[in-house]
Amino acid sequence: MINFQYSRASDVADAILLLTAHPGAKLIAGGTNLIDLMKENVEEPSRLIDISRLPLRKIEETADGGLRVGALVPNSDLAYDPLIEQRYPLLASAILAGASAQLRNMASVGGNLMQRTRCAYFYDTATPCNKRHPGSGCSAIEGLNRNHAILGTSASCIATNPSDMSVALAALGALVHIAGPSGEHTMALTDFHRLPGDTPHVDTNLGAGEIITAIELPPRGFAHNYSYLKIRDRLSYAFALVSVAAALELDGNAIREARVALGGVAHKPWRSLEAETALRGQAATIEHFSHAADLLLQGARAYAHNGFKVELARRAIVRTLMQAASATPQSQTHKKIA
Amino acid sequence: MTGVLDVLTHTHRPPVADKDEAWKDEVAPDEGSPFRPLYDDSIKFNGQPIALVVAEDWEIAKFAATLVRVEYQEEHAFATDLEAGRNKATEVKKPHEPRGDAAGALARAAVRHEADYFIPTEHHNPMELYATTVVWNGNGRLTVYDKTQGVQNVHKFLCSVFGKKPDDIRVLSPYVGGAFGSGLRPQYQVVLAMLGALALKRSVRVVLTRQQMYGLGHRPATIERVGLGAKPDGTLDAVTHEATAITSRYEDFSRNDSGWAEQLYKSPNSRYSHKLVRLDVSTPCDMRAPGAASGVCALECAMDELAVALKLDPIELRLKCYSDRDQSEDLPYTSKQLRECYARGAEAFGWSRRNPAARAMRDGNELVGWGMATGVWEALQMPVAVRIVLTANGHAEVSCAASDIGTGTYTIVAQVAADALGLPIENISVKLADSTLPQAPVEGGSWMAASSAHAVLGAAEDIRQDLARLASTMPSSPLAGVDAADVTLVNGTIASNGERNDAVSIADAMRYGKLERIEKQKLNQFAEDKSHARNTHSAVFAEVKVDEQLGVVRVTRVVSAVAAGRILNTKTGRSQIMGGVVWGIGMALHEETVMDHRFGRIMNANIAEYHIPVNADIHDIDVIFVEERDDRINRLGVKGLGEIGIVGVPAAIANAVYHATGKRIRRFPITLDKLLA
Repeated sequence: MINFQYSRASDVADAILLLTAHPGAKLIAGGTNLIDLMKENVEEPSRLIDISRLPLRKIEETADGGLRVGALVPNSDLAYDPLIEQRYPLLASAILAGASAQLRNMASVGGNLMQRTRCAYFYDTATPCNKRHPGSGCSAIEGLNRNHAILGTSASCIATNPSDMSVALAALGALVHIAGPSGEHTMALTDFHRLPGDTPHVDTNLGAGEIITAIELPPRGFAHNYSYLKIRDRLSYAFALVSVAAALELDGNAIREARVALGGVAHKPWRSLEAETALRGQAATIEHFSHAADLLLQGARAYAHNGFKVELARRAIVRTLMQAASATPQSQTHKKIA
Repeated sequence: MTGVLDVLTHTHRPPVADKDEAWKDEVAPDEGSPFRPLYDDSIKFNGQPIALVVAEDWEIAKFAATLVRVEYQEEHAFATDLEAGRNKATEVKKPHEPRGDAAGALARAAVRHEADYFIPTEHHNPMELYATTVVWNGNGRLTVYDKTQGVQNVHKFLCSVFGKKPDDIRVLSPYVGGAFGSGLRPQYQVVLAMLGALALKRSVRVVLTRQQMYGLGHRPATIERVGLGAKPDGTLDAVTHEATAITSRYEDFSRNDSGWAEQLYKSPNSRYSHKLVRLDVSTPCDMRAPGAASGVCALECAMDELAVALKLDPIELRLKCYSDRDQSEDLPYTSKQLRECYARGAEAFGWSRRNPAARAMRDGNELVGWGMATGVWEALQMPVAVRIVLTANGHAEVSCAASDIGTGTYTIVAQVAADALGLPIENISVKLADSTLPQAPVEGGSWMAASSAHAVLGAAEDIRQDLARLASTMPSSPLAGVDAADVTLVNGTIASNGERNDAVSIADAMRYGKLERIEKQKLNQFAEDKSHARNTHSAVFAEVKVDEQLGVVRVTRVVSAVAAGRILNTKTGRSQIMGGVVWGIGMALHEETVMDHRFGRIMNANIAEYHIPVNADIHDIDVIFVEERDDRINRLGVKGLGEIGIVGVPAAIANAVYHATGKRIRRFPITLDKLLA
């Protein structure tokens, strides 16, 4: 870890001013990822701007019947908030599938969106990595890539986004509220994270000097037919090999609305509008879910060690949609897969 | 930089010994030249320490270390891949001589199974990090607080490496936060801390990071090739087992992976061999049940495969081949209640309800599998001395250099002393792990319970003799003239074996003798007995549930039935076996050091990515101690429990996974991608 300066932002505007004044600075809230990366010398910010005391901890109802979640709401508070449990249980489930209780207590909602990949090469400064050191090359493409992406990869990077929460937010169609030097704006969660392309060092579309202030959940919560299924190498405290957030609105057995997002397979939560469109109006059957899975995985590309993810994802999508359709969501405490 | 005190390297450090012998600790491999940190400019493995930054605080030292710039040249191509180097393996001598013509018998066998089983490199992850504090006492003497399983081993090592006299250095390690074999040899942080203290003439502490601990020893990756040839009735005609293991380029580390069938399964023909592939990695080290954990895993998977080929129940096959003698020396056992382990374990598990066909049992989306395996380890005992100081107030202090690595040595030493001295256990205090205390070897090999307990018995016996003499000569003593052999220490008294009413209090006897204290030090003594083999045994049963579509494995039940002589403390003993079972689950399903051979570098050197089981992975574990009276092995009939708990567990799980899925995964760990393939 290197030496760094420390400032405490007094309000959002101050945080933006500090960010703008110190180009090498980083915001810190819970620090559950940033501090780890600093210890490994992957992140070497000249200054930490502490935003943990800013008044961004409210969960409020919006005029249209959705919820606005402040960027500093701890992950565990969000998961156990009664409004979230009742209206957006998919989000609560996804959060509880991630990390550990201690980490969830520390981690903020905004920070969760900003967490960086767990690619082993990204974490190891002794190896080339385009995400950490642009232009140095990707060690994973020809190296150990069992945990890596199968969708949306590039010749520069095959890293995955490690967040569980973001996968549920993508399925729910959440919006990200952003404040910056030129004012406030919102962005769809699905537009927030980027594919690696030839700039894998840029994880998100957050602009210079910008700060996440809130997440907005649209009114549609899919509280009856949903499931979050996370497949990993041990039954807790491991990043997803594949995860699936599925949300349905059913009319009898007919699908009125469908959302499916994948984690662990791409540089961002992966959705396919084509797959969701194909499900709309169809019966909730294995055949239709399998077809949707094929559409979601169109263009999947396997590397030396992660070929299993394609079939695993296909099966996991079908299973999660079946769990959602039968209103038997995956339990995050009992690890048996329903 | 402010706060940085010094940067030590091979060109700038206090002098150390040159000769290999000075660097060989009591458990160093016979062959090779031990690793010497900051000794010269050669790089032996990725993760090797090459400089020590000493600063006023740890944060400054860590930051300063990032500023050290290193230049190096590649002198030869490096290699770290066992499988790629298999054809360059060299055979090492092992005690098990071939019997008969195993290759011929295997080729001719009516039913034959032969396969490779791959166990990956595994790294130690005790909760406590490796750390050493060297206290500079200012009088040329150093007090060394080290994380180690053997303070006297470290003491002798430091004296020889740094040319110190025994009185110059004292090593302590009273509490150890887990070690499991990783602390048998002095680790490099103790050398670095000494170098720092000697260079700066002040106290220095070195704490390794979790990541740096992956530069220490490891369970070596092995390819275990097992061949079993059987008659149609299920008796064995041939056993072959060839282990090919990783070692470093500078030391030949090897254990007994391949010889365990000699203890377990009767066969007229056998051949066991061990080969090493020397690679650019750090020297492997002992890890819980070294050799057996890997070798018996392969053997027991192979036995399961043979049982399937023979259409025999796996227990029935093992009973048909059951060996009442250690075949390598043709010796009977001091005790061997393995048959009872099979019976008790099977009963507790409900094995009789097992459908023998694979993929025949199901619970919703999950396939259910039941598997079993045998475990075996050695019952070793080593020279250990203890000192007991009995004071007239009826308290005793028992001291010994042995370590308690979390296994319960403090507790059992106190128990045995209380029992032998006839005192309440709260009157016993135990001092361990100080190099100035009576001699003990490293705590390892499951030998410390039997070894320390019998040293306690010896010293207590000397105290009993002294007290009996006093009691028999005291004026108007009810024990006047009694023979020392006829009294026992009980309830704080010296009591006649005949009439329990005839007793003299220990306090009175000592007052009569004008003794404030009685101090006795004794080396344990075991009768030299080469007429019997000494082993512990277990039968392990596992239930797995495997999601048929997704390959997710849950180990829902484990029963481990253990025969290990007398169990001194069922609470600490049961805990040891449970820990072994948990580790065995990890070995079966999770643990693997992942190396990028292009860089010769470990890519999951942290406990987020190096997976061990978490609570969610652990369900029911039932430990059964099978009664095993052993009057021959030692006075108390104690055999030791440290290693046996893990042996057999990975194979029982692998066999259960086969039974559930019909898929035989011979490459550990059994991850879901292998089941989906």
